[in-house]
Amino acid sequence: MNHDETHDSRDHPDMSHLPSDPALRVRAMESLLVEKGLVRADTIDAYVQTFEHEVGPQNGARVVARAWVDADFRERLLADATAPVGEMGYLGAQATDIVAVENTSSVHNIVVCTLCSCYPWTLLGIPPAWYKSYAYRARVVREPRKVLQEFGVNIGEGVEVRVWDSTAEVRYLVIPERPSGSDDMSEADLAALVSRDSMIGAARLEV
Amino acid sequence: MDGIHDMGGMHGFGPVPWVADEPVFHADWERRVWGLMFSTTRPEGTTLDGNRHSLERIPPALYLNFSYFERWLYHLSTVLLAEGAITLEELEAGHARADSTPRTDAAGPELVDPYQVEQYRYDIPVAPVFSIGQTVRSGNPHPAGHTRLPRYARGKTGQIILHHGAHVLPDTNAHGKGESPTHLYTVRFAARELWGSEADANDTVQLDIWECHLEAV
Repeated sequence: MNHDETHDSRDHPDMSHLPSDPALRVRAMESLLVEKGLVRADTIDAYVQTFEHEVGPQNGARVVARAWVDADFRERLLADATAPVGEMGYLGAQATDIVAVENTSSVHNIVVCTLCSCYPWTLLGIPPAWYKSYAYRARVVREPRKVLQEFGVNIGEGVEVRVWDSTAEVRYLVIPERPSGSDDMSEADLAALVSRDSMIGAARLEV
Repeated sequence: MDGIHDMGGMHGFGPVPWVADEPVFHADWERRVWGLMFSTTRPEGTTLDGNRHSLERIPPALYLNFSYFERWLYHLSTVLLAEGAITLEELEAGHARADSTPRTDAAGPELVDPYQVEQYRYDIPVAPVFSIGQTVRSGNPHPAGHTRLPRYARGKTGQIILHHGAHVLPDTNAHGKGESPTHLYTVRFAARELWGSEADANDTVQLDIWECHLEAV
Protein backbone atom coordinates (compact mmCIF):
# COMPACT_ATOMS: atom_id res chain seq x y z
CA MET A 1 0.00 0.00 0.00
CA ASN A 2 1.26 3.41 -0.93
CA HIS A 3 1.05 5.65 2.13
CA ASP A 4 1.96 8.84 0.33
CA GLU A 5 -0.54 11.54 1.32
CA THR A 6 -0.61 13.01 -2.16
CA HIS A 7 -1.23 9.78 -4.01
CA ASP A 8 -3.81 9.84 -6.75
CA SER A 9 -4.51 8.06 -9.96
CA ARG A 10 -1.06 8.97 -11.30
CA ASP A 11 0.54 6.26 -9.22
CA HIS A 12 -1.52 3.64 -11.01
CA PRO A 13 0.58 1.81 -13.59
CA ASP A 14 -0.59 1.73 -17.17
CA MET A 15 -2.07 -1.72 -17.66
CA SER A 16 -4.06 -0.84 -20.75
CA HIS A 17 -2.01 -3.19 -22.90
CA LEU A 18 -3.07 -6.22 -20.85
CA PRO A 19 -5.88 -8.38 -22.29
CA SER A 20 -9.24 -6.63 -22.02
CA ASP A 21 -11.14 -9.85 -21.41
CA PRO A 22 -11.34 -10.14 -17.60
CA ALA A 23 -11.55 -13.93 -17.82
CA LEU A 24 -8.11 -13.99 -19.49
CA ARG A 25 -6.68 -11.42 -17.09
CA VAL A 26 -7.84 -13.27 -13.99
CA ARG A 27 -6.56 -16.59 -15.34
CA ALA A 28 -3.13 -15.03 -15.93
CA MET A 29 -3.20 -13.41 -12.50
CA GLU A 30 -4.19 -16.60 -10.70
CA SER A 31 -1.58 -18.70 -12.45
CA LEU A 32 1.11 -16.11 -11.71
CA LEU A 33 0.17 -15.84 -8.04
CA VAL A 34 0.01 -19.61 -7.63
CA GLU A 35 3.43 -19.94 -9.29
CA LYS A 36 4.86 -17.31 -6.93
CA GLY A 37 3.37 -19.03 -3.88
CA LEU A 38 1.23 -16.01 -3.06
CA VAL A 39 -2.01 -17.95 -3.22
CA ARG A 40 -3.28 -21.53 -3.29
CA ALA A 41 -5.95 -22.55 -5.78
CA ASP A 42 -7.63 -24.79 -3.21
CA THR A 43 -7.98 -21.81 -0.85
CA ILE A 44 -9.65 -19.80 -3.62
CA ASP A 45 -12.01 -22.75 -4.17
CA ALA A 46 -12.79 -22.85 -0.44
CA TYR A 47 -13.57 -19.12 -0.27
CA VAL A 48 -15.92 -19.37 -3.23
CA GLN A 49 -17.63 -22.53 -1.98
CA THR A 50 -18.07 -21.11 1.53
CA PHE A 51 -19.40 -17.69 0.60
CA GLU A 52 -21.46 -18.73 -2.41
CA HIS A 53 -23.13 -21.76 -0.84
CA GLU A 54 -22.61 -22.17 2.89
CA VAL A 55 -23.05 -18.57 4.02
CA GLY A 56 -26.06 -16.78 2.65
CA PRO A 57 -29.49 -15.23 3.12
CA GLN A 58 -30.76 -18.40 4.77
CA ASN A 59 -28.94 -17.15 7.89
CA GLY A 60 -30.60 -13.75 7.87
CA ALA A 61 -33.94 -15.40 7.14
CA ARG A 62 -33.67 -17.47 10.33
CA VAL A 63 -33.07 -14.28 12.33
CA VAL A 64 -36.14 -12.67 10.75
CA ALA A 65 -38.37 -15.71 11.32
CA ARG A 66 -37.34 -15.89 14.96
CA ALA A 67 -38.11 -12.19 15.41
CA TRP A 68 -41.59 -12.84 14.00
CA VAL A 69 -42.42 -15.71 16.34
CA ASP A 70 -40.53 -14.74 19.51
CA ALA A 71 -41.52 -11.35 20.94
CA ASP A 72 -38.69 -11.32 23.47
CA PHE A 73 -36.10 -12.07 20.77
CA ARG A 74 -37.59 -9.37 18.54
CA GLU A 75 -37.35 -6.81 21.32
CA ARG A 76 -33.71 -7.66 22.02
CA LEU A 77 -32.91 -7.69 18.30
CA LEU A 78 -34.34 -4.22 17.73
CA ALA A 79 -32.63 -2.84 20.86
CA ASP A 80 -29.15 -4.17 19.88
CA ALA A 81 -28.93 -6.90 17.28
CA THR A 82 -25.26 -7.81 17.73
CA ALA A 83 -25.77 -10.06 20.78
CA PRO A 84 -28.86 -11.97 19.56
CA VAL A 85 -27.31 -12.45 16.10
CA GLY A 86 -24.16 -13.67 17.85
CA GLU A 87 -26.18 -16.17 19.89
CA MET A 88 -27.43 -17.62 16.60
CA GLY A 89 -23.81 -17.90 15.44
CA TYR A 90 -24.05 -15.48 12.55
CA LEU A 91 -21.50 -12.80 13.42
CA GLY A 92 -18.45 -12.96 11.20
CA ALA A 93 -16.98 -11.51 8.04
CA GLN A 94 -18.47 -8.09 7.32
CA ALA A 95 -20.93 -8.62 10.16
CA THR A 96 -19.37 -7.69 13.49
CA ASP A 97 -21.81 -5.00 14.64
CA ILE A 98 -25.41 -5.43 13.56
CA VAL A 99 -28.39 -3.10 13.68
CA ALA A 100 -31.81 -4.58 12.87
CA VAL A 101 -34.52 -2.25 11.60
CA GLU A 102 -38.14 -3.25 11.22
CA ASN A 103 -40.46 -2.49 8.33
CA THR A 104 -44.00 -1.68 9.43
CA SER A 105 -47.12 -0.14 7.89
CA SER A 106 -45.69 3.31 8.69
CA VAL A 107 -41.91 2.90 8.17
CA HIS A 108 -40.04 1.34 5.26
CA ASN A 109 -36.29 0.80 5.70
CA ILE A 110 -33.86 0.20 2.83
CA VAL A 111 -30.09 -0.32 3.01
CA VAL A 112 -27.31 0.85 0.68
CA CYS A 113 -23.58 1.49 0.65
CA THR A 114 -23.11 4.58 -1.51
CA LEU A 115 -19.30 4.52 -1.20
CA CYS A 116 -18.62 0.88 -2.06
CA SER A 117 -20.60 -2.30 -1.39
CA CYS A 118 -20.78 -2.89 2.39
CA TYR A 119 -23.19 -5.72 3.13
CA PRO A 120 -23.64 -8.24 5.99
CA TRP A 121 -21.99 -11.27 4.39
CA THR A 122 -22.65 -13.85 7.08
CA LEU A 123 -26.33 -12.88 7.20
CA LEU A 124 -27.02 -12.29 3.50
CA GLY A 125 -24.09 -13.81 1.61
CA ILE A 126 -22.39 -12.02 -1.27
CA PRO A 127 -24.27 -8.92 -2.50
CA PRO A 128 -26.07 -9.15 -5.85
CA ALA A 129 -24.81 -6.96 -8.72
CA TRP A 130 -27.80 -4.60 -8.57
CA TYR A 131 -26.93 -3.69 -4.96
CA LYS A 132 -23.40 -2.75 -6.11
CA SER A 133 -24.60 -0.93 -9.24
CA TYR A 134 -23.86 2.76 -9.76
CA ALA A 135 -27.56 3.49 -10.26
CA TYR A 136 -28.56 1.97 -6.91
CA ARG A 137 -25.71 3.61 -5.01
CA ALA A 138 -26.40 6.99 -6.59
CA ARG A 139 -30.18 7.00 -6.51
CA VAL A 140 -31.56 5.24 -3.46
CA VAL A 141 -30.37 7.89 -1.00
CA ARG A 142 -31.96 10.61 -3.11
CA GLU A 143 -35.12 9.14 -4.59
CA PRO A 144 -35.84 5.96 -2.63
CA ARG A 145 -39.56 5.95 -3.47
CA LYS A 146 -38.85 5.95 -7.18
CA VAL A 147 -36.28 3.18 -6.86
CA LEU A 148 -38.65 1.13 -4.73
CA GLN A 149 -41.43 1.66 -7.27
CA GLU A 150 -39.14 0.27 -9.97
CA PHE A 151 -38.66 -2.77 -7.72
CA GLY A 152 -42.45 -3.14 -7.52
CA VAL A 153 -42.70 -1.78 -3.98
CA ASN A 154 -45.13 1.13 -3.79
CA ILE A 155 -44.78 3.34 -0.73
CA GLY A 156 -47.91 5.15 0.39
CA GLU A 157 -48.10 8.82 1.28
CA GLY A 158 -47.44 9.37 4.96
CA VAL A 159 -45.13 6.37 5.19
CA GLU A 160 -41.57 7.29 6.23
CA VAL A 161 -38.82 5.85 4.06
CA ARG A 162 -35.60 5.42 6.04
CA VAL A 163 -32.49 4.89 3.94
CA TRP A 164 -29.47 3.47 5.79
CA ASP A 165 -26.13 4.27 4.13
CA SER A 166 -23.54 1.79 5.49
CA THR A 167 -20.55 4.09 5.94
CA ALA A 168 -18.88 2.21 8.84
CA GLU A 169 -18.40 -1.39 10.05
CA VAL A 170 -22.00 -1.46 11.24
CA ARG A 171 -24.25 -3.63 9.11
CA TYR A 172 -27.98 -3.19 8.77
CA LEU A 173 -30.53 -5.99 8.52
CA VAL A 174 -34.10 -5.15 7.53
CA ILE A 175 -36.80 -7.18 9.28
CA PRO A 176 -39.51 -7.24 6.61
CA GLU A 177 -43.19 -7.15 7.51
CA ARG A 178 -44.56 -10.60 8.23
CA PRO A 179 -46.93 -11.38 5.36
CA SER A 180 -50.62 -11.83 6.07
CA GLY A 181 -51.77 -15.41 5.85
CA SER A 182 -48.62 -16.70 7.58
CA ASP A 183 -50.13 -16.96 11.08
CA ASP A 184 -50.13 -20.75 11.22
CA MET A 185 -46.67 -21.27 9.76
CA SER A 186 -43.75 -22.74 11.71
CA GLU A 187 -40.54 -20.78 12.30
CA ALA A 188 -38.75 -22.94 9.72
CA ASP A 189 -41.48 -22.42 7.11
CA LEU A 190 -41.45 -18.69 7.79
CA ALA A 191 -37.67 -18.58 7.29
CA ALA A 192 -38.15 -20.19 3.88
CA LEU A 193 -40.45 -17.30 2.92
CA VAL A 194 -37.91 -14.57 3.64
CA SER A 195 -36.07 -13.41 0.52
CA ARG A 196 -32.64 -11.81 0.38
CA ASP A 197 -34.01 -8.66 -1.22
CA SER A 198 -36.63 -8.24 1.53
CA MET A 199 -33.82 -8.11 4.11
CA ILE A 200 -32.19 -5.26 2.16
CA GLY A 201 -35.55 -3.50 2.10
CA ALA A 202 -35.94 -3.89 -1.66
CA ALA A 203 -38.92 -6.26 -1.61
CA ARG A 204 -42.05 -7.05 0.35
CA LEU A 205 -43.07 -10.59 1.20
CA GLU A 206 -46.17 -12.57 0.33
CA VAL A 207 -47.25 -16.05 1.30
CA MET B 1 -11.02 11.83 -1.42
CA ASP B 2 -13.64 13.45 -3.61
CA GLY B 3 -13.58 10.52 -6.00
CA ILE B 4 -15.87 8.79 -8.44
CA HIS B 5 -16.73 6.18 -5.77
CA ASP B 6 -18.64 8.83 -3.80
CA MET B 7 -21.81 8.43 -5.85
CA GLY B 8 -24.63 9.08 -3.42
CA GLY B 9 -27.10 11.48 -5.03
CA MET B 10 -25.50 11.64 -8.49
CA HIS B 11 -27.80 11.87 -11.49
CA GLY B 12 -27.57 10.14 -14.82
CA PHE B 13 -27.08 6.44 -14.06
CA GLY B 14 -30.52 5.35 -15.28
CA PRO B 15 -32.64 2.57 -13.84
CA VAL B 16 -31.24 0.16 -11.24
CA PRO B 17 -30.40 -3.10 -13.02
CA TRP B 18 -32.53 -5.04 -10.53
CA VAL B 19 -33.62 -8.58 -11.35
CA ALA B 20 -35.46 -10.86 -8.97
CA ASP B 21 -33.31 -13.52 -7.28
CA GLU B 22 -30.19 -12.37 -9.09
CA PRO B 23 -27.31 -14.86 -8.67
CA VAL B 24 -24.26 -13.46 -6.88
CA PHE B 25 -21.83 -14.47 -9.63
CA HIS B 26 -22.46 -14.15 -13.37
CA ALA B 27 -19.31 -15.84 -14.64
CA ASP B 28 -16.73 -18.23 -13.28
CA TRP B 29 -13.95 -15.64 -13.50
CA GLU B 30 -15.88 -13.54 -10.96
CA ARG B 31 -15.67 -16.45 -8.52
CA ARG B 32 -11.89 -16.60 -9.01
CA VAL B 33 -11.57 -12.84 -8.31
CA TRP B 34 -13.68 -13.19 -5.15
CA GLY B 35 -11.42 -15.98 -3.93
CA LEU B 36 -8.18 -14.22 -4.95
CA MET B 37 -9.20 -11.10 -3.05
CA PHE B 38 -9.28 -12.95 0.26
CA SER B 39 -6.73 -15.72 -0.30
CA THR B 40 -3.77 -13.76 -1.63
CA THR B 41 -0.92 -13.14 0.80
CA ARG B 42 -0.65 -9.43 1.61
CA PRO B 43 1.91 -7.65 3.78
CA GLU B 44 1.43 -7.17 7.49
CA GLY B 45 -0.44 -3.93 8.09
CA THR B 46 -2.82 -4.40 5.16
CA THR B 47 -6.22 -3.05 6.18
CA LEU B 48 -9.78 -3.17 4.90
CA ASP B 49 -9.72 0.62 4.80
CA GLY B 50 -6.50 0.65 2.80
CA ASN B 51 -8.07 -1.77 0.31
CA ARG B 52 -11.17 0.42 0.02
CA HIS B 53 -8.99 3.44 -0.61
CA SER B 54 -7.10 1.58 -3.32
CA LEU B 55 -10.41 0.76 -5.01
CA GLU B 56 -11.58 4.39 -4.89
CA ARG B 57 -8.29 5.52 -6.46
CA ILE B 58 -9.00 3.61 -9.67
CA PRO B 59 -8.99 6.33 -12.35
CA PRO B 60 -12.61 7.52 -12.78
CA ALA B 61 -13.00 6.59 -16.46
CA LEU B 62 -11.77 3.06 -15.72
CA TYR B 63 -13.86 2.81 -12.56
CA LEU B 64 -17.05 3.53 -14.47
CA ASN B 65 -16.20 1.23 -17.34
CA PHE B 66 -15.25 -1.71 -15.15
CA SER B 67 -17.73 -4.17 -13.75
CA TYR B 68 -17.57 -4.71 -9.99
CA PHE B 69 -15.20 -7.67 -10.07
CA GLU B 70 -13.04 -6.04 -12.74
CA ARG B 71 -12.47 -3.26 -10.21
CA TRP B 72 -11.37 -5.86 -7.68
CA LEU B 73 -9.01 -7.43 -10.21
CA TYR B 74 -7.53 -4.06 -11.09
CA HIS B 75 -7.17 -3.21 -7.38
CA LEU B 76 -5.40 -6.49 -6.70
CA SER B 77 -3.03 -5.89 -9.63
CA THR B 78 -2.14 -2.38 -8.47
CA VAL B 79 -1.55 -3.26 -4.82
CA LEU B 80 0.54 -6.34 -5.63
CA LEU B 81 2.62 -4.27 -8.03
CA ALA B 82 3.01 -1.47 -5.47
CA GLU B 83 3.97 -3.97 -2.77
CA GLY B 84 6.58 -5.50 -5.04
CA ALA B 85 4.94 -8.92 -4.81
CA ILE B 86 4.75 -9.11 -8.61
CA THR B 87 6.16 -7.11 -11.52
CA LEU B 88 4.40 -5.71 -14.56
CA GLU B 89 6.54 -7.99 -16.73
CA GLU B 90 5.30 -11.01 -14.78
CA LEU B 91 1.70 -9.83 -15.07
CA GLU B 92 2.10 -9.42 -18.83
CA ALA B 93 3.68 -12.85 -19.19
CA GLY B 94 1.34 -14.59 -16.75
CA HIS B 95 4.45 -16.29 -15.39
CA ALA B 96 6.97 -15.68 -12.64
CA ARG B 97 10.46 -14.49 -13.57
CA ALA B 98 12.86 -17.37 -13.95
CA ASP B 99 14.91 -16.22 -10.95
CA SER B 100 11.90 -15.77 -8.66
CA THR B 101 11.73 -17.97 -5.55
CA PRO B 102 8.17 -19.03 -4.71
CA ARG B 103 6.87 -18.34 -1.22
CA THR B 104 5.71 -21.28 0.84
CA ASP B 105 3.40 -19.56 3.33
CA ALA B 106 0.18 -19.03 1.34
CA ALA B 107 -2.96 -19.60 3.43
CA GLY B 108 -4.55 -23.03 3.10
CA PRO B 109 -8.27 -23.76 2.77
CA GLU B 110 -8.49 -24.75 6.45
CA LEU B 111 -8.13 -21.05 7.31
CA VAL B 112 -11.35 -20.08 5.52
CA ASP B 113 -13.77 -19.24 8.33
CA PRO B 114 -16.63 -16.88 7.50
CA TYR B 115 -17.63 -16.71 11.16
CA GLN B 116 -14.34 -15.30 12.37
CA VAL B 117 -15.16 -11.90 13.88
CA GLU B 118 -12.73 -9.06 13.25
CA GLN B 119 -12.52 -6.31 15.79
CA TYR B 120 -13.46 -2.78 14.76
CA ARG B 121 -14.99 -1.66 18.06
CA TYR B 122 -12.88 -0.79 21.11
CA ASP B 123 -13.48 0.43 24.64
CA ILE B 124 -11.70 3.75 25.00
CA PRO B 125 -11.20 5.78 28.17
CA VAL B 126 -12.84 8.83 26.60
CA ALA B 127 -16.54 9.56 27.06
CA PRO B 128 -18.64 10.23 23.98
CA VAL B 129 -19.19 13.94 23.31
CA PHE B 130 -22.69 13.55 21.92
CA SER B 131 -25.81 11.89 23.25
CA ILE B 132 -28.81 10.24 21.63
CA GLY B 133 -31.30 12.82 20.41
CA GLN B 134 -28.75 15.61 20.16
CA THR B 135 -28.75 17.85 17.10
CA VAL B 136 -25.39 17.90 15.33
CA ARG B 137 -23.84 19.23 12.15
CA SER B 138 -21.53 17.14 10.03
CA GLY B 139 -18.15 18.50 9.08
CA ASN B 140 -17.15 19.64 5.64
CA PRO B 141 -13.74 18.01 5.14
CA HIS B 142 -12.38 17.42 1.65
CA PRO B 143 -9.30 15.31 2.32
CA ALA B 144 -7.22 13.95 -0.55
CA GLY B 145 -7.03 10.72 1.45
CA HIS B 146 -9.67 8.24 2.59
CA THR B 147 -12.82 9.22 4.44
CA ARG B 148 -16.21 7.61 4.86
CA LEU B 149 -18.14 10.88 5.07
CA PRO B 150 -19.83 11.15 1.66
CA ARG B 151 -20.06 14.52 -0.05
CA TYR B 152 -23.85 14.58 0.09
CA ALA B 153 -23.79 14.49 3.90
CA ARG B 154 -21.15 17.15 4.59
CA GLY B 155 -22.11 20.33 6.44
CA LYS B 156 -25.63 19.04 7.11
CA THR B 157 -27.70 19.13 10.29
CA GLY B 158 -29.21 15.98 11.75
CA GLN B 159 -29.86 14.08 14.94
CA ILE B 160 -27.87 11.43 16.75
CA ILE B 161 -30.01 8.30 16.91
CA LEU B 162 -27.49 5.58 17.85
CA HIS B 163 -24.07 5.41 19.53
CA HIS B 164 -21.92 2.42 18.56
CA GLY B 165 -19.00 2.89 20.95
CA ALA B 166 -15.55 3.68 19.53
CA HIS B 167 -14.70 2.24 16.10
CA VAL B 168 -11.52 2.14 14.04
CA LEU B 169 -11.23 5.43 12.15
CA PRO B 170 -10.90 4.78 8.40
CA ASP B 171 -9.39 8.24 7.79
CA THR B 172 -6.18 7.20 9.60
CA ASN B 173 -6.32 3.42 9.29
CA ALA B 174 -6.41 3.49 5.49
CA HIS B 175 -3.08 5.34 5.50
CA GLY B 176 -1.17 3.17 7.96
CA LYS B 177 -1.54 5.86 10.64
CA GLY B 178 -3.20 3.71 13.24
CA GLU B 179 -6.69 2.54 14.13
CA SER B 180 -7.45 5.65 16.25
CA PRO B 181 -10.70 4.29 17.75
CA THR B 182 -13.21 7.15 17.77
CA HIS B 183 -16.82 7.29 18.93
CA LEU B 184 -19.19 6.40 16.13
CA TYR B 185 -22.81 7.47 15.85
CA THR B 186 -25.70 6.96 13.49
CA VAL B 187 -27.02 10.35 12.45
CA ARG B 188 -30.48 10.84 10.97
CA PHE B 189 -30.92 13.54 8.36
CA ALA B 190 -34.25 14.69 6.96
CA ALA B 191 -34.22 13.94 3.24
CA ARG B 192 -35.04 17.61 2.61
CA GLU B 193 -31.95 18.71 4.53
CA LEU B 194 -29.87 16.72 2.03
CA TRP B 195 -31.85 17.06 -1.20
CA GLY B 196 -34.06 20.10 -0.86
CA SER B 197 -37.79 20.49 -1.26
CA GLU B 198 -38.14 17.86 -3.97
CA ALA B 199 -37.54 15.15 -1.37
CA ASP B 200 -40.50 13.69 0.51
CA ALA B 201 -41.07 15.48 3.82
CA ASN B 202 -41.43 12.11 5.59
CA ASP B 203 -38.19 10.55 4.42
CA THR B 204 -34.86 10.31 6.22
CA VAL B 205 -31.32 9.16 5.46
CA GLN B 206 -29.17 7.56 8.17
CA LEU B 207 -25.37 7.46 8.09
CA ASP B 208 -22.69 6.28 10.50
CA ILE B 209 -20.42 9.23 11.26
CA TRP B 210 -17.35 9.38 13.50
CA GLU B 211 -17.21 11.98 16.27
CA CYS B 212 -14.35 13.92 14.65
CA HIS B 213 -16.67 14.73 11.74
CA LEU B 214 -19.49 16.11 13.93
CA GLU B 215 -20.04 19.30 15.86
CA ALA B 216 -22.75 20.41 18.26
CA VAL B 217 -25.33 22.83 16.93
